Amino acid sequence: MSDTVHLQAPLPTGSVGKLANGWFGMIALVATEGALFAYLLFSYFYFDVQYGRSWLPDPLPAFRLSGPNTAILVVSSLTMVWAERAARRGANGRAALGIALSFVLGLVFVGIQLMEWKDKTFNYASSSYGSLYFLITGFHMAHVVAGLLVLAALLAWTLLGYFDARRHAPVSIGALYWHFVDVVWLCVFFSLYVTPHLR
Amino acid sequence: MPLRPRTRWTMDRIALAAPAVVLPRHALAAGLADAPMNYVVTHGLQGRAVTPLLWGLGAISVAVVVIISLLVVVGTLRRRAPRMHLPSDGQMPVERPEGGLSWIAIGVGVSTVVLLGMMGWTATTMARIARPPTQPALTIDIRAQQWWWAVRYESGDPTRILDTANEIHIPVGKPVEFKLESRDVIHSFWVPALGGKTDVIPGQTNMAWLQAERPGVYRGQCAEYCGQQHGHMGLVIVAEPPDQFEAWMANQLASAKTADNGPVRAGQDDFVQRCGICHAVRGTLAHGVLGPDLTHLMSRGSIAAATLPNRVAYLSGWIANPQTIKPGARMPTLDISGPELARIRGFLETLK
Amino acid sequence: MAVTGYERVLHVEEQGYSTEHARRLEEMWESKPGLRGFLSSVDHKEIGIRYLVTAFGFLIVGGVEALIMRVQLARPNQALLTPEQYDQLFSMHGITMIFLYALPVLSGFSNYLFPLVLGARDMAFPRLNAYSYWIYLASGIFMYASLVMGLAPNDGWFSYVPYALKAYNPGPNLDFYALGMVFYGISTTVGSVNFVVTFLRMRAPGMSINRVPILTWGTLTASVGNLFAVPSVSLAFLMMWTDRQFGTHFFTQDSGGQPLLWQHLFWMFAHPWVYVVVLPAMGLVSDALPFFCRRPLVGYTVVVLATVTTMVLGFGVWLHHMFATGLPFIALSFFSAASFVITIPSAVAVFAWIATIWTGRPVITTAFLFFAGFIAMFVVGGVSGVMTAAVPVDRQLTDTYFVVAHIHYVLIGINLFAVMGALYVWLPKMTGRLLSERLGRWNFWTVLIGFNLGFFPMHILGLMGMPRRVYTYEADLGWGTLNLVTSAGSFLLAIGILLLLVNIAMSLSNGVPAGDNPWDAPTLEWATPSPPPPYNFPVVPMVASRHPLWEERLGETEAGHSELLRGPLLADGKEALATSGLDAQPEAILKMPEDSYAPFVVTLAMSVGFTGLLLHEWWVAGAGGLGVLAGALVWLWPEASLGQKAEREA
Repeated sequence: MSDTVHLQAPLPTGSVGKLANGWFGMIALVATEGALFAYLLFSYFYFDVQYGRSWLPDPLPAFRLSGPNTAILVVSSLTMVWAERAARRGANGRAALGIALSFVLGLVFVGIQLMEWKDKTFNYASSSYGSLYFLITGFHMAHVVAGLLVLAALLAWTLLGYFDARRHAPVSIGALYWHFVDVVWLCVFFSLYVTPHLR
Repeated sequence: MPLRPRTRWTMDRIALAAPAVVLPRHALAAGLADAPMNYVVTHGLQGRAVTPLLWGLGAISVAVVVIISLLVVVGTLRRRAPRMHLPSDGQMPVERPEGGLSWIAIGVGVSTVVLLGMMGWTATTMARIARPPTQPALTIDIRAQQWWWAVRYESGDPTRILDTANEIHIPVGKPVEFKLESRDVIHSFWVPALGGKTDVIPGQTNMAWLQAERPGVYRGQCAEYCGQQHGHMGLVIVAEPPDQFEAWMANQLASAKTADNGPVRAGQDDFVQRCGICHAVRGTLAHGVLGPDLTHLMSRGSIAAATLPNRVAYLSGWIANPQTIKPGARMPTLDISGPELARIRGFLETLK
Repeated sequence: MAVTGYERVLHVEEQGYSTEHARRLEEMWESKPGLRGFLSSVDHKEIGIRYLVTAFGFLIVGGVEALIMRVQLARPNQALLTPEQYDQLFSMHGITMIFLYALPVLSGFSNYLFPLVLGARDMAFPRLNAYSYWIYLASGIFMYASLVMGLAPNDGWFSYVPYALKAYNPGPNLDFYALGMVFYGISTTVGSVNFVVTFLRMRAPGMSINRVPILTWGTLTASVGNLFAVPSVSLAFLMMWTDRQFGTHFFTQDSGGQPLLWQHLFWMFAHPWVYVVVLPAMGLVSDALPFFCRRPLVGYTVVVLATVTTMVLGFGVWLHHMFATGLPFIALSFFSAASFVITIPSAVAVFAWIATIWTGRPVITTAFLFFAGFIAMFVVGGVSGVMTAAVPVDRQLTDTYFVVAHIHYVLIGINLFAVMGALYVWLPKMTGRLLSERLGRWNFWTVLIGFNLGFFPMHILGLMGMPRRVYTYEADLGWGTLNLVTSAGSFLLAIGILLLLVNIAMSLSNGVPAGDNPWDAPTLEWATPSPPPPYNFPVVPMVASRHPLWEERLGETEAGHSELLRGPLLADGKEALATSGLDAQPEAILKMPEDSYAPFVVTLAMSVGFTGLLLHEWWVAGAGGLGVLAGALVWLWPEASLGQKAEREA
């Protein structure tokens, strides 16, 4: 640990990338939201352990829609990585394009997820499985929708020319959230769709 | 109901239990001696292992509190600084004497050893009471509900299955197994003199076992908050020598003796009509299952889930106006006329 | 005025509190007068004091509820209250003390003190700070609205299902609680985010992680704990609400629901919560006790490690609230052992305090007395907790008055005693006036005696078999005498707390001026005037030791000398310095937001939304939601003055 304070170097002012408090705030938010999903999945596995196979629906959750949808969400994360890189270089056009792509892919995800919901033979009130399935995927959906709102705002701000190579903290912070929504889906997908086929 | 001699209380133990520093000893002793729900002196087989642990942990706790408090008081007074001028003029000395860390090392070291000892004692105690020493002599189903206990003695022989409520008789010296189920919300089955609590949870069957080591009347109580009358959800375990228990059992298995005419018969008819939807009296047309089985009501020491002594006056009051005695209870206040009440009571008094 | 370049070299100068520079800072940082300032202020000191005042308000309300119950229980078979009234009172008493008093009062101290002890001008997120307060207030009012209507929660603070479900509890009572807790959880969460980021980013240059005052460690640890624990209870209450209103089957006994899942989710939150409401209080004591022992705390590093360890272990003992639920032997053994082990870090703290007293030269002020009492009460609450770690013993103790005694020794002993001591220490900083020491003695002894008279006998009542949550009891159970003693003690405790309020009132009207540093204490807040100006420090202080105001006398100068009035000016608008997480090297100049109505407005919209949910008026809920979105958008819209937009005009 350094014992002297360095005061000579020029310091960035204002909201700058990963030095912005907002970046740290988002990490903390992601931690607490991650915990929320951990508790949701805890509940899922609690029931799973109590009741075993009989608790799961027949047929088991299928990959027909959920598989491609997972891929779509992963791709939307990649386009967001690309957008954030562009933002860091100050390439607003490409950043806007990347954000827009992520937004559209997110929208497609929501659409397909709604179809998936419609296909279900059970509903939220038919059994504890149904309640939990819709609660978990519903919570995730709410996060996707929140992410879409964030992306929409970022797109608007990028198009308004608010950002440049030094000032783009909101894009980095928004991207972090979007990646989180993606990673959480992978956990949800693995728990709700993959593990039933593994037993 | 046969009364058993009250257990003797050893005053020195009581004094130990109490942080006698705070309370006058005689008040405490007087208080404890009259507390039938206490578990510092127990009469069950489990208590043989658990109660010493309770005393041991209690004694260690009291010792720790006394030692730490003394350290704080002595430490404070020992090197007390002269009065501080307020607000400070910034002239009070400040120093950093050595030696503080050894306090932490020694204190935490000793605490850890004591804690490990307590852990070990706890673990062995848990193992000792995990299951009864011998095959249970009896299995009793308890169905807890707001706010009483339905009791069913299980048997392979259907004629020996017995339904009763709130007062459980068991033979002394034999382990008895309880299957605990709830008809509504969570309750907790607890007879402190004989053993610890086991929650009664809807959707699952919990098991408990008790063994009374000496005859007696042991009061129990629901221990998990379950609604308005949680405080009046008592039960009683009567432990008696095996022959007395068998006699009790034989009497309970019999149906009620009914009269064919006369005032008792009139009372029975009134009872069937007014009370039979919820209550059962075997041998009559009253088959209700929402309330306690009353076939041998008069053999019980108390009514309304150990809320009132089973005496005529209380019984009348309870039938006439249960909502005053146990507000919110499931038993409604019926519009019963005086003569009707007298007849019903007359009938109930025959249910020996 | 604000010039926001992309980067700048810090301008270091010597400046005091009565210079032109300070006057300019004051202009920039002070809130508007009157109602506008009240609704829009983001000053952490203002918010901290509001937290304290509101929490004490709830403490008094919760205390009155307790006194009414104590009158009911003073004698057997009393009928002052109906069972339903009693059930609502004990539920609201628990909810009030545990949620609306115990953490918020500590958040009040932390909010007030964080920037001051860290040498910063404000919290990391000033608007979020205001928001967390408004949400706390709004959710408190939301839950209390039920009591006013006689429809308060009636299933205790842990609201076990299925009694809390609609089948057994058809009124809106539990809906108030369920939605209120989700609402309240937002306040706790954003408050915790703020403390964590402030701790990591806003420390004065040179205040490396081993020089941070312990109280911030306590709050940091509790806040991180909150981030991981609060989602559990918010989720559980949401599930309860949907079970009640939409027929889901999380906790029902039919259709595959699991009543026990509620208990798991609730205690996974609520056990850590116990540490959340004591660790910051322990931090306050660890910092302030040394003021009066005239020496640094013994074992700073081990105390910090113990604090963190307690929180970590605190997540692994929730099952010890469920020993009687019929769990398998192996689970019981594991959680029993863990519950014993968690005592060890607490022992570290206790012996550190004792060593500090023992090797120091104690100055017996009222605050010191409260801290000394705190240690003793801490130990009583601690050992009774250890007794409940022993499964077979716990199965006798649990749900009796023994546990009631235990929780009160924890919450009053470890929280309220620390808080009262801390008020004697820091209130003079907030108001500029000392509290009366003479009245303080009366205050302390009345509280100590009243508390022990009121709560110690509850241990014995528990051993005598008195269950919790009974609205009355029969005379032949033998609990009458001790209940009478307990009731008398509770009134004495109430008088003691009243004395504190009297002392505060007298101090406000004609207390002795405190000066900057009435206790000759070592940390940065004591280098500011009392009360501190809105900008806290005229220059960013530079810290070279753990005890900047004691370092000369302690010879803690191997790393140089702390500079309190010579440092970076940071006066191009509202600015603060961001420093690195471990060694606190300057990393960025932060542009701090102006006062804002957004937090208040978003809270109002949220209150509308939650009210809509409660009443099943979905369009009202939707309108509230839209309001929240609109408010958030305005709040987060990039501003040039905050350095969030590309520079154009330059």
